[in-house]
Amino acid sequence: MSLALRSFSTVKDANAALQAAGTRYLGGGTLVVRAANEGDVSVSSLVRVTDPGLSRIAVSGGDVRLGASVTMAAILRHPELTALAPAARAVGGPAIRNMATVGGNLFAPAPYGDFAVALLALDATVITEDSEMPIETFLAGRDTSRAIVTAVGFSLPKAESFRFLKVSRVKPKGVSVLSIAALLERTVDGTVTAARIALGCMADRPMRATAAEKALLGCKLTRQEIAPALAAAGEGIAPITDPIASAWYRAEVLPVHLGRLLLS
Amino acid sequence: MAKVPVQFTLNGSEKAEFIESGTTLLNALRDKIGDTSPKGGCHQGTCGACSVIIDGELKLSCLTLAETCGGADIKTTAGLAEGGVLHPLQRAFLDAFATQCGFCTPGMIMAAKVLLDRTPNPSREEVVEALSGNICRCTGYEPIIQAVLTAARASSQNAA
Repeated sequence: MSLALRSFSTVKDANAALQAAGTRYLGGGTLVVRAANEGDVSVSSLVRVTDPGLSRIAVSGGDVRLGASVTMAAILRHPELTALAPAARAVGGPAIRNMATVGGNLFAPAPYGDFAVALLALDATVITEDSEMPIETFLAGRDTSRAIVTAVGFSLPKAESFRFLKVSRVKPKGVSVLSIAALLERTVDGTVTAARIALGCMADRPMRATAAEKALLGCKLTRQEIAPALAAAGEGIAPITDPIASAWYRAEVLPVHLGRLLLS
Repeated sequence: MAKVPVQFTLNGSEKAEFIESGTTLLNALRDKIGDTSPKGGCHQGTCGACSVIIDGELKLSCLTLAETCGGADIKTTAGLAEGGVLHPLQRAFLDAFATQCGFCTPGMIMAAKVLLDRTPNPSREEVVEALSGNICRCTGYEPIIQAVLTAARASSQNAA
């Protein structure tokens, strides 16, 4: 069965069209056209929005707003978004990064969605036409969400407080064994006062390592002091098994890579 | 299924076709327009064999719907040679034996062209990064990397 694509100039009209059964939103195409090529017959109709506002990047006073159609390549090119560059570069190869969008990455099932892992650590707000919600709420309900994501907003992290790591077997471009993003606030002497750690591939979607976050509070980033956080990193995880790695392997190597990220 | 009109520039010439809605650019190029230089490998965005340049950016034609390319400037490997003279990248790929089965070659050359258009004298690391979305199962990549570096040197010598 072939696809029917309908283009709309406004999100409002596209949202109305998206309510029809079998309809999916077309962003960069790297998820939905891929699904159609693979024979996913649940997709019969696509809608897209041509409003250039969806591709806008706005950085002001430390607040960032990324339109849902902003590509990974656009983030990499932006001089004020260098803190996010490692996460944007983690997505695909050059051609995929020219196509894959911020909005699409929020819906990408593990082992994909590395940029959404970064957004989860940054406590981003996911914005639709008539609502704004924390990314955790959005991710929990994304399977049944029928509202087009228009943008994400977050506070721009200081480069030294935000860390991102993706582990893949093939370099420089490979599918994730796992990815980790960490936002750490520290005092002058290096004591952690706040931590948000997000994990990719440790469930079917990005999740927080809340036990490890708690265990890090009051610690300095030394091998000895982070040991309890590493021991707690696996709490609540249900890693995926795929041709890249088994759930067992992912769980085994998570503390190793979290340790490397924290000590880096 | 209703057909929709699509119009774009392909390698410098205007193309207009009626296609079925939802047709990928890869299928439109190969089956309707007759440019078979982009190859259909995985159709999943993994192999890069279908890579083309759309408005100066490397994209995967297997994941791009042709209808979204209205008015675009599309370049494929078929348009590289001028007056029977091969592009320096094509020449270098031949000379360095960077093709074996040849299936990945058009995608590799498009990825390399985007790199050289922006970075005329790339480092080896930049070449590896630029080709990282393109899979080759024959060469082991080394001849391809060398070919791109050779083409860069040849182009900069010609420009000097």
